Amino acid sequence: MTAWHEKTAHEIRNAVRARHVSAAEVAESYLNRIAAVDPKVDSYTQVWADFARAQAARVDEKIARGEDAGRLAGVPIGIKEVICTKQGHTTCSSRILEGYQSPHDATIIRKLEAEGAVFLGKLNMDEFAMGSSTENSAIKTTRNPWNLRCVPGGSSGGSAAAVAADLCAFSLGSDTGGSIRQPACLCGCVGIKPTYGRVSRYGLVAFASSLDQIGPLTKDVEDAALALNVLCGKDAMDATSANLPVPDFTQALTGDIRGLRIGMPVECFTESLGAEMREKVLSAIEVLKGQGAEVVEVSLPTLDYALAVYYIICTAEASANLARFDGVRYGFRHPAAGDVREMYVKTKTAAFGPEVRRRIMLGTYVLSSGYYDAYYLKAQKVRRLIKEDFDRAFTKCDIIVTPTSPTPAFEFGAKTADPLEMYLSDIYTISTNLATLPGISVPCGLCASGLPAGVQFMAKPFDEATLLRVAHCYEKNSGITLGKAPIA
Amino acid sequence: MGKISTKDVEYVAGLAQLALDDAAKERLAREMDEILSYMDKLNELDTANVEPMMHAMEMTNVFREDVVGESLPREIALRDAPQHDGEYFIVPKILDTEGSA
Repeated sequence: MTAWHEKTAHEIRNAVRARHVSAAEVAESYLNRIAAVDPKVDSYTQVWADFARAQAARVDEKIARGEDAGRLAGVPIGIKEVICTKQGHTTCSSRILEGYQSPHDATIIRKLEAEGAVFLGKLNMDEFAMGSSTENSAIKTTRNPWNLRCVPGGSSGGSAAAVAADLCAFSLGSDTGGSIRQPACLCGCVGIKPTYGRVSRYGLVAFASSLDQIGPLTKDVEDAALALNVLCGKDAMDATSANLPVPDFTQALTGDIRGLRIGMPVECFTESLGAEMREKVLSAIEVLKGQGAEVVEVSLPTLDYALAVYYIICTAEASANLARFDGVRYGFRHPAAGDVREMYVKTKTAAFGPEVRRRIMLGTYVLSSGYYDAYYLKAQKVRRLIKEDFDRAFTKCDIIVTPTSPTPAFEFGAKTADPLEMYLSDIYTISTNLATLPGISVPCGLCASGLPAGVQFMAKPFDEATLLRVAHCYEKNSGITLGKAPIA
Repeated sequence: MGKISTKDVEYVAGLAQLALDDAAKERLAREMDEILSYMDKLNELDTANVEPMMHAMEMTNVFREDVVGESLPREIALRDAPQHDGEYFIVPKILDTEGSA
């Protein structure tokens, strides 16, 4: 029999509810797995063994009393360090929040707990979600379970590595420019960024407020649908959350995509895409064609400008958001400061890592007097052009397909010397954040190097149902099973 | 070296409340110059008649009932502060001791 930690969230949930296994046994299976395997992967920054056991016991008590134990009864979850939890610490993998105990749970944490989820602990990330390899964590180095010499991607690298190594049934990540989808791709799991506004961000430490979204990283598409059923919805605590009905996304997984129009942006399939990735994504498109979808060419002429727009907007917003870490109300304060200005400067300089400092500097520059119009305002204008490109493309198609990442996982240090080179890792994912669209990465095979590749689907705003239907249909008919990551 | 000098870096660092040594200033000048030069490609696009996308969702006036909700107890609000006296956050002096500020 397969061990419980190898199963999907929906299999676990069904087995727990049917009393084939107790939530306690499932939690123990994962805790043992973490103890045995995580020393190699280093995805967890904190493991909450006793807390998880207590949560699992409450689920089992509910079931024993014949009560509804929830839509995620007994499902063990890992949480990205950027999401606030009363339990443990919320550090954003930064020295400046070392030891920080959030006074509140994020709204999604409360929702997940109410549905019977069991929290195993917190997962490593690039400091303040800034990075594409998790190498910017101030806490530890997380490794890719498919090849321990390679990065897991980022910024939700811990979240992706934990799912790929069976260290949680699913995990929570956040995605500002690809931080869920790119690591999911590099670690061979499924990762979805919902539409901007779909999921409450109350309790998500802000990086770039007009781009950030929370989403799940899962073992399959059905689990992504199951997780979104719980995560989505209006929250009075987040004024940017959308007041729209949330469909049952698991009902959308019909397997029927006949007549759906799949858009291929010509700009994403040029010579600059490597032959191996191109071949894999084109075969994914063939699978959808074989299921009765119609493939159409679309054009996104401003896509080439997305990276420049993104790094102006995200750094500008980050420089404003991170100003709150000033050593007054929480987090680190430099001990040797004569006056308050010196305290701010010494605190920030000592406790922010190099990439965070670089982005604060860029963001401060593009917002500064004399440069605001040339950079920030210009970027906001081009952002609208990019959004309009997508609006036009979606009059011709229902889904747009691209690679998730230009390359599979790379070795540690390969891109750390050149920030722009690292930024290019997100070339296919950032446009969905700029255009506020939902996007999902699904594994589409292993490269010759043995590392996973991923295909990305995008849909119209708030059409996660069609997005999941196509992703699920692809997953079921691709004939691709990655198997388990070797963790070597 | 193009648009960013180490002097510019020093000025921006002051705005951002960061202290940089000479090596860091030089490295940042080089990196910011490269990144900002890349961003200049946006000037290829004519945006004279384009409205800036100020908001990710075009919502206006999100209202709610004006009712008192749960608030954070003071001891919890102060719990994570590096220095407090049980009532206030404590910070180093802000005003000049001469009283001129």
